[in-house]
Amino acid sequence: MQDESGSVLPSSQSLHRLAISESGFIFDPTSGHHFTVNETGLDILRHLQTAHSPAELVALLQREYSASEKEIERDVLEFAAMLRKFIGD
Amino acid sequence: MTGKKQWIKPTIVPLRSGLLNKFGSQEAPWIDAIDEVPIPQLLEQYGSPLFVVSERRLRRNIQRLKRAFSARYPSVIFGWSYKTNYLGAVCNTFHQEGSWAEVVSEFEYQKARSLGVPGHNILFNGPFKRPGILRLAVSEGAHIHVDHLDELYELEQIAQQLKTPIEVTLRLNFDTGYTETWSRFGFNVESGQALDAAWRIASSEHLNLTGLHSHIGTFVLEPRAYANQVRTMCEFMHEVESLTNCHITYLDIGGGFASMNSLQGIYLPAEQMVPSEEQYAEAVCDVLLELTHDRETRGFKRPTLILETGRALVDDAEHLISTVVANKRLPDGRRAVVVDAGVNILFTAFWYNHKVMPTRILPGKPEDTTIYGPLCMNIDVVRNSVMLPPLSIGDNLVYSPVGAYNHTQWMQFIEYRPNVVMIDENRNVSVIREAENLEVVTAQERLPAHLSAAYPQGAPEDILSERSSDSNN
Ligand SMILES: Cc1ncc(COP(=O)(O)O)c(C=O)c1O
Repeated sequence: MQDESGSVLPSSQSLHRLAISESGFIFDPTSGHHFTVNETGLDILRHLQTAHSPAELVALLQREYSASEKEIERDVLEFAAMLRKFIGD
Repeated sequence: MTGKKQWIKPTIVPLRSGLLNKFGSQEAPWIDAIDEVPIPQLLEQYGSPLFVVSERRLRRNIQRLKRAFSARYPSVIFGWSYKTNYLGAVCNTFHQEGSWAEVVSEFEYQKARSLGVPGHNILFNGPFKRPGILRLAVSEGAHIHVDHLDELYELEQIAQQLKTPIEVTLRLNFDTGYTETWSRFGFNVESGQALDAAWRIASSEHLNLTGLHSHIGTFVLEPRAYANQVRTMCEFMHEVESLTNCHITYLDIGGGFASMNSLQGIYLPAEQMVPSEEQYAEAVCDVLLELTHDRETRGFKRPTLILETGRALVDDAEHLISTVVANKRLPDGRRAVVVDAGVNILFTAFWYNHKVMPTRILPGKPEDTTIYGPLCMNIDVVRNSVMLPPLSIGDNLVYSPVGAYNHTQWMQFIEYRPNVVMIDENRNVSVIREAENLEVVTAQERLPAHLSAAYPQGAPEDILSERSSDSNN
């Protein structure tokens, strides 16, 4: 998994501009698009405020969820790709 | 123990205005047992994928359809359409309920005979009846439905050889006003071709015209098509009877009633589109009663009504259980899952949107999902687009209805075909078709002596792997 480079996770600028509600409703003011995330997705977005690398993010999630590192990493990679696609790098 | 949360795959789904509710709250229906037998138990014992046939449903379906027609017309026979599902256990369930066999080839004829169906309970359709089997069928008293003139001449020759006259049935085609004319089968009514054939039969001392057959199509959603069909057939019956002095004892109206399935391109739910058995029966029998009521005064009985209903009797009596083997994101962002059952065994996925259900309540938001089968082929799409919550590897998806045309049109392509089991009325489960293996799939192959070994001189070296180059140095 790539660290540091930042190419896996969306940039913090992209993330900061999002309006995220507690129910998982997301609004991107730049594009005007709405999204909905599930609870896990919401937790990931929350952690992305502080985590700066995928490895950090996975470690944070592992503390909260009963799943293997591999399983979490796999799903985070896929989710991050979706985020990049929908809200930009 | 640790109080940690259960990991559910994270999802992010774009919302289009107007669809907010649809995405937010839709809960997928689920199914965890078939005829009260738990799905996990079935999978543990018989593996995945797995076809599951309900004997109870098969019997209920034929009993209901029979009741709908017998309550409206005095003489009704059902001929089980083998091509729709010719697994022996399925055929014999229908035979035990009184159905005859409707066959269209040497193989189907032999299969019906081997299951214990006498020739006189077989309706023999189809444009190609091999000479040997046609002769045998005639001598065993099967009812031959003639498709074309050449067959008529062939039958005349057989009758001469057997020195006994043959009763024949003409297959007719005509426009019902609602269905596409399957004009490639049988004799056309409007053009006079059918009457020509009737004259030809009348002029033969070896042939007697005693039946009329037509099959107007499949998945026919309009009962009025059947009313028109029966009207045309009755009018033709009266015409040939008065012109050629024959006596028609039965009218066979073929199959075609729709099952509770969703054709691709039709967006209303099947429950709203598909007529009930009562509606079909009413359309057929009202016209039939009306147009045959004066036969007794002419010294004729009413003709027996024969139906060759296929899919409407078997489709909803079978489920296919599959297992998720991978999750994918497509480049356009859509979610896809790969399951272990593809179009190789679910052939009808080419034209139906089958109902897809998980086997437990799946947490998480439903998302537009494509379901791919296991084949290395682009065409292997089980559902193009279906709303499903996130799925994990090992989760099961159940497709229904799948009882019609899958076991006859499936193909041994890339994968072995899996077990088919039947649950009987006492909830006992039996394998009715065993899963294939290498031995079964290669049983018919023969290797010429010079091709009996892949590498007679020893296998080529593995020059691709690091391992082998190391060992060489
Ligand atoms: C002659 C004949 N009879 C009966 C059937 C069964 O049709 P269905 O499954 O639509 O009821 C068919 C199917 O094509 C057929 O060709």
